[in-house]
Parts: sequence; C-alpha cells; structure tokens
Amino acid sequence: MFSGFMMNTWIAATIVAVIAGVVGFFAVLRGSTFAAHAIPNGAFAGAAGASLLGISTLVGLAVFSVAGALGIGAFGRRARHDVATALALVLMLGLGALFISVSTEYAQETYSLLFGEVFGVSPDELLPIAILGAASILAIGVIFRPLMLSSAMPEVAEARGVSSARMEMVFLLIMALATSMTVPVVGALLMFSLMIGPAAAARSFTPRPGLAIVLSIAFGLATVWTGIAVSYVTNWPLGFFVGVMGAVFYLAGRAWATLRRTRSVRAAGPGRPAPVTAQPA
Amino acid sequence: MEHFFHYLFAPGLASSGPVRVALLVGTVVAVTSGVVGVFTVTRGQSFAGHALADVATTGGSGAFLIGLNQFWGFLAFGIGAAAFLEIIGVQRRRGRDVATGVVLGAGLGLAALFLYLDAASTSTTGASFTVLFGSIFVIASSTVPALIASGLIALLVVVVLSRVLLLSSLSPDIAAVRGVPVRAVGAAYLIALAISVSLSAVAIGAVLSTALLIGPAATALRIARGPVRAMAVSALIGVVATWLGILLAYDSYDWPPHGHGWPVSFFIVALVVIFYLLSYLRRPSRSRSARTASGAAGAHSRSEEGACSAAS
Repeated sequence: MFSGFMMNTWIAATIVAVIAGVVGFFAVLRGSTFAAHAIPNGAFAGAAGASLLGISTLVGLAVFSVAGALGIGAFGRRARHDVATALALVLMLGLGALFISVSTEYAQETYSLLFGEVFGVSPDELLPIAILGAASILAIGVIFRPLMLSSAMPEVAEARGVSSARMEMVFLLIMALATSMTVPVVGALLMFSLMIGPAAAARSFTPRPGLAIVLSIAFGLATVWTGIAVSYVTNWPLGFFVGVMGAVFYLAGRAWATLRRTRSVRAAGPGRPAPVTAQPA
Repeated sequence: MEHFFHYLFAPGLASSGPVRVALLVGTVVAVTSGVVGVFTVTRGQSFAGHALADVATTGGSGAFLIGLNQFWGFLAFGIGAAAFLEIIGVQRRRGRDVATGVVLGAGLGLAALFLYLDAASTSTTGASFTVLFGSIFVIASSTVPALIASGLIALLVVVVLSRVLLLSSLSPDIAAVRGVPVRAVGAAYLIALAISVSLSAVAIGAVLSTALLIGPAATALRIARGPVRAMAVSALIGVVATWLGILLAYDSYDWPPHGHGWPVSFFIVALVVIFYLLSYLRRPSRSRSARTASGAAGAHSRSEEGACSAAS
C-alpha cells in the first residue's frame, strides 16, 4: 500500500485535501457551493477541448475554469447568482459534449477526468499541484481578513470599503486556480465532494473560523486517507468513499450541533442568546 | 430560396423515426421544464434542480446494474433525493445550498461506484458519457408513454399549486400568515421538480436538463411581466430551442467532420444561453427605476425583474 507508485498517490491526495479544506471552508461560508460544483465540472470540458486541439490538458483546464469563474462573477452581479452559475455550467458542459463527440477516442478519458485517476499520479505531476496549491492558499492568506469579513457580514464589509463583488470575483478565481490543478488528479466530482463535505461538517462543529479551517483540513485528510486505503483493498472507486464520508461527516456535524444547542438551552434557560456563527477573527 | 430550405430542412427529417420521437419527447420536456423552471428560478433553487438531475442519473446507472428499466431508477433516486433535501430542511439559502451540495456529493460518489460496477460487469464504455449528456435521439419508444405521463403529473402539480406556490416563494411570511402550509407546498413542489428533472435527465441527459430548466425560465422572467406570462414564454422558449437544436443536430451530419453529427445537447444549450444573453439587449422598462430605488436596501434585493412585477 505504501510502495513506490502509491507514495505519489498519498502525497497528491494529501495536498489536494489541504487545498480543498481551505478553499472549501470559504465556499461553504459564502454559500458558493454551486460555483464549487460548476467550476471543476466546467474545467473538465476544457480538458476535453485541449485534447481535441492537441495541447496540454492543463491549459484547457485553466482556461475553462478561469473563464467559468469570470462568467459567474460577471453575470452573477447583474442577475441571480445561481442562474448565472447554472448557465455557465451548462454552456461549458455543452461545449464539452461537442468536444468529446468530435474527438472520438476521448470517451474513456471522460470517466477518469470526472471521477479521477488518483492511482495513476506521476511524480512530475506532483510539483505543479504543490506550487499551484501553495499559490491558492497563499492568496487566501493574503486576503484572509477582508474575505472573512465580506463572507460573514457583506454589509459591514461594504461599509468598510470591501467591495463584495470584487471579493466574489477574487475568490472565484482562487477556486479556479485550485481546481485546474486538482481536477486531473482527483477528478471534477471528487474535488467538489472534498471541498463541501469536510468544510460543511467543520462549520457545524465550531463557530470559530480558524479552528473550523483546521477541522475542515483534518476531516478532508481523514476522508482521503481512509478512502485511499479502503479503495486500495476493495478496488472500488475512491470517489464513492469520499462522497459518502463527506455526507457522514456532515450529518455527524449537524447532529452534534443540534445536540449541543438543546443541551445549552437546557443548561442556561431560554434567555441565553443563540451562538453567533463565524465571527471574523 | 428553395435550395436554402432544402439545406435547412435536410431530406428525410420528417420521416425519420428517432427524430419524431425526439421532437415529441423534447416538446414535453421543454414545456414541463419551462413551467417548473419559473418557480425554480423564483425560489432560487437552481442548484437543487441541477443536483436532482445529477442524483437521478445515479439512479439510472443503479437501475442498469440490477437490470431494471432505467426510468424507474431515475425516478426513485430523484424523488428520494428531493425527500432527503426536504427532511434536512434548511431554510436559509446558504445552508440549503450546502445541504444540496452534500447530497449531490454523496450522489456522485454513488454514481462513481455504480458506473464502476456497471463497467466491471458489462464492460460498457462511455457509460459516464451517456449518463451526463444523454441523447435525445436514442430514447426507447417503450419508455415514451411513461415519460409523457410523468411530465404531465409534474406539470399538473405545479399548475394546481401555482398560486400558493408563488406566494410562498416570494414572501414565505405573508403566505404563512394567510394560512398557506409553506413547508408542505415546498415539499410538493420539490417532488414535482424531482419528477420533471428526472424525466428530462433520462430523456436528454443531466446537462441539458439543467439548461432547459433554468435558461428559458430565467429569460422569460426577464422579458415577461407577470407569472402566467412568464410560464408561457418560458415554455415557448424551451420548445423553440429544442426544435431548433434537433433540426441543427440533424443537419450537422453534413458538417465537418463528415458523417458524424454534432451532439444535440450542444445546440440546445447554446441556443438557450444565446436567448438568455439576448434578453439583456432589451432595455429594462420601468421596473429598473424601481429596482435602483430599492437598490440601496442592499445587495440582497437582486431579484429578477419578472419576479418583482409578479409581486406587484
């Protein structure tokens, strides 16, 4: 399980889980779940287009995920956000359908791009993943305070001069950056599950943002490590374990939050104010 | 001119069996999605609509695995996911999207497993492609009556509920005060959405299902005034996009690369998005000044113009 080629898998999955944990925390906090689904999925269509043109899939992934982020950001400002996201998603996937049908030999790769090829990571794929992952986490670190403020309290942030539209655009671009690198490794669908499940669970366990990010990364790591081990033994796809464990973590978090709420209400009486979620650090 | 028509309507279009089935099913799907979609967009549940389509396709591959007709798999998973979303019952929009995301993630995980088992047992290549993109040209004629019937059921539920649904979509508090069982209406609507979406997902694929659900409705809400007109315009846009898409896909057999048609999903999606973008060309009328006046209230008042005029 820890032989030569599997080491790449462990390293790549660990990097991806850390990126997904950090980016996913903000995706959940901001309610950008749909964008977190749409950007990786749209990027997958870009990979299909790149293979049609005979250029590197990374270029296609980057172009489509950035274009998707820009489109969602620009149209989300004018119309409903979810409508803009849905239309950007279907447009990119429609183009993907065209690319795939024109390049006939691509169908087998579709599965691996959607569901990942984590057991086939080559050593030279690791470096770009690590660099872009570090870049996206660094970018989040740089804008951490304004991003946190505009995610938790958009009105207050506006009053302090943080434009929520610009913040949204920056965040979507960071998500695109994180996505274009991780999709070829873990697949579009897995990336989405990894961003949402652990982060949503972490938010239910603690209202403190710093702790929630750490928890989100920890849940993500627990998910991928267990997933890889079980997947290695059973030969079932990793995506299955990641999706199911994300849901299990989330339900556990919800149950814990409900339990704590009833207990604290019982302990402190009805006059106690509800706990404030996600205050800026 | 005659040559042009000959080129536009390639010979054999009207007499082709698959094309006739595609036109029939496409029309039913477009009308149902168009009408249901108006409420999906008004309630801000595009993500749920898309997630239900994706989860329903999971059911399709599961049914394929145990040798059932795929349509029942679609329906079972679609309704099951809708019921689950309703039980989680998060009322705030952000929390609801997160819950939808978790359900979608779990559904996609199951899809990965089913597709893997399908491929292991029957060596189906490109199963994932069919699940995502479907094809309106390869609908088995035996499933057509079931498809049409379920489409009509979804349509009926939404039309019967339309008044209370609209009220509880636009202002749940007022609806509750007036004695509308908001939660039950929401649940009934979600089931109708699940039926409609799994119907369109089995017929035309998950991607196209979302396109027909959201695109025409969002366009109609921008250009039509009042909910009834919006529903009619939305259904019309959906039908036009579907017919034109089928026509173009049929014609595309003569386009490069030769002897290999372009996918119909691409054409319909492209047309739907073009219609939506065209709606921006139309100069917004008086509702714009009303919106800029209320715009100071904050970024959250970004409701569609149609929904605004529906409320007034």
